[in-house]
Amino acid sequence: MSGGRPWFRMLALALGFAFLYIPIVSLVVFSFNESRLVTVWGGFSTKWYGALLDNQQIIGAALLSLKIAAISATVAVVLGTLTGMALARFGPFRGRTMLSGMATAPLVMPEVITGLSLLLLFVTLEQLFGWPEGRGMTTIILAHVTFAMAFVTVIVQSRLAQFDESLEEAAQDLGARPAKVFFLVTLPIIFPALLSGWLLAFTLSLDDLVIASFVAGPGSSTLPMVVFSKVRLGVSPDINALATILIVIVAIGVAIAGVVMSRQQKTRDRDAQMALAANQQMIDSLKKG
Amino acid sequence: MTGPGAVPLGQRINFWIEDGLGAIVRSPVGSRLRRWGVTGKALVASVPFFWLLLFFLIPFVIVLKISFSDSVIAMPPYQPLFGWASEKVLEIKLNFGNYAFLIEDNLYIKAYLNSIFVAAVSTLLCLLIGYPMAYAIARSNAATRNVLLLLVILPFWTSFLLRVYAWIGILKNNGLINNTLMSLGLIDQPIQMLQTDFAVYVGIVYSYLPFMILPLYANLEKMDLTLLEAAADLGCKPWQAFLKVTLPLSLPGIIAGCLLVFIPAVGEFVIPALLGDPGMLMIGKVLWTEFFNNRDWPVASAVAIALLLFLVIPIMFFQRAQDAESAGVHK
Repeated sequence: MSGGRPWFRMLALALGFAFLYIPIVSLVVFSFNESRLVTVWGGFSTKWYGALLDNQQIIGAALLSLKIAAISATVAVVLGTLTGMALARFGPFRGRTMLSGMATAPLVMPEVITGLSLLLLFVTLEQLFGWPEGRGMTTIILAHVTFAMAFVTVIVQSRLAQFDESLEEAAQDLGARPAKVFFLVTLPIIFPALLSGWLLAFTLSLDDLVIASFVAGPGSSTLPMVVFSKVRLGVSPDINALATILIVIVAIGVAIAGVVMSRQQKTRDRDAQMALAANQQMIDSLKKG
Repeated sequence: MTGPGAVPLGQRINFWIEDGLGAIVRSPVGSRLRRWGVTGKALVASVPFFWLLLFFLIPFVIVLKISFSDSVIAMPPYQPLFGWASEKVLEIKLNFGNYAFLIEDNLYIKAYLNSIFVAAVSTLLCLLIGYPMAYAIARSNAATRNVLLLLVILPFWTSFLLRVYAWIGILKNNGLINNTLMSLGLIDQPIQMLQTDFAVYVGIVYSYLPFMILPLYANLEKMDLTLLEAAADLGCKPWQAFLKVTLPLSLPGIIAGCLLVFIPAVGEFVIPALLGDPGMLMIGKVLWTEFFNNRDWPVASAVAIALLLFLVIPIMFFQRAQDAESAGVHK
């Protein structure tokens, strides 16, 4: 049925996943290394975690990055949802091609170009209007919203394309205004997509080095900027400790999301089965009667 | 759960939304907006439209403008393009010098060509590794499929910078690979891998592999498997059926995946900066150096414009593919 040789597929997966995961595993393993030489094993130790927590610069940068990521992910979800709605539901309108072009180009635009162009925009705006005053958290947030909303748009748009428009039409036929239809029908259905869009935008923002380097000002170094300047000088075990903490957080998040989603799936399956059973009962009773 | 008479929270929120929206629509402001032809839909579409206009499109115009200006030691370090030559004559000083500089100094052309070459080879490697993986995932049973897909996406959620950093520890002279090979007695001296082109290829393929696998998987998963049965019934061997049926049908996925890898890889900065030879010429690195080290904003802008001109065609291809994809799902 499925074609192809099973051993070949197994091999492709085994090698591929080894390639994807060996670096991550090595990061975690060597974060517990006693020795300063990251890749020579010198016994088990958690001292690098202590060193990491004592590093005020890294802690400060991490807090700034988290704040920026939370704000820009939230704004990006709002704007990305609006864009996704307009592209998936409004049919042809003036400026649609341009909107869709501007919304997808940031997905592939090299970061150095985005970073440089946004910096020059902020400098020009400041010269003309005196805003944004200097560069720092605000400019980083504006930049992150702009490139993260492209990813949210794609997720929302494809989710909207998957589900049937007839639900929204039904609500409209029953007299709901478009805005009400959106909040009561569309929004609950696309909510999982918004959630994954938010998480993706959050991760992208937390992870961005290049764009932030261009638009950040003095005193607003984000976590990736601090990590990059450290890593450039060579490997250091406290960065391994930082990576391990991030990996654990992601793993926990994914596990929770997995449990929630499979539970939802079960509820949906049960509802569907109950509906089917009820249908069957009705048909049976009609047949008898 | 809720007592008799108590309204569930969800329903209460719904009432608030209803009342709030109704009040806005019925208010004088609402009716005036409607008279001007401002509809809800236009408002919804115009907010992201103007955001992207301001923060995505206009910046490119500014980059173009500054690429024509002179570099000066000031803040910002470039000369204004427009000046008043006398009281009434507006003078526009267009300086093509930055572009002439790009052509004269063959460092830039070498960097462009090298970036395109590195990106193309990396894209091909991603395809060669990613296609079998996407194929294997798409053809496994539903439960396994979701787990495998999650495993492809998972590294993408952990920091890109830290995953590139992990390769330093693996590839360096006293790193994981060299230490293992030496302790096995296969080599006497470490092989230089870090700070070579090889390390850059590994880094790019590793970081961009999920971008190749996901569109390929989305395409292969949708494929009608009865076509393969038909091919087998007509006497096709499995590999023939693959070449004649599966591969041509998956072309849209291949194109989307390749563009998602190729375009950003051309301008990649972090990977060559961390893993490559310091002298390796990549255009993203050149732009970074011009901007941060030489503080020459006009030349950096000219580099960006030249890169953008080269990438405009693949980017438009990508948008076409993206549009066709979402339109296809819609039907």
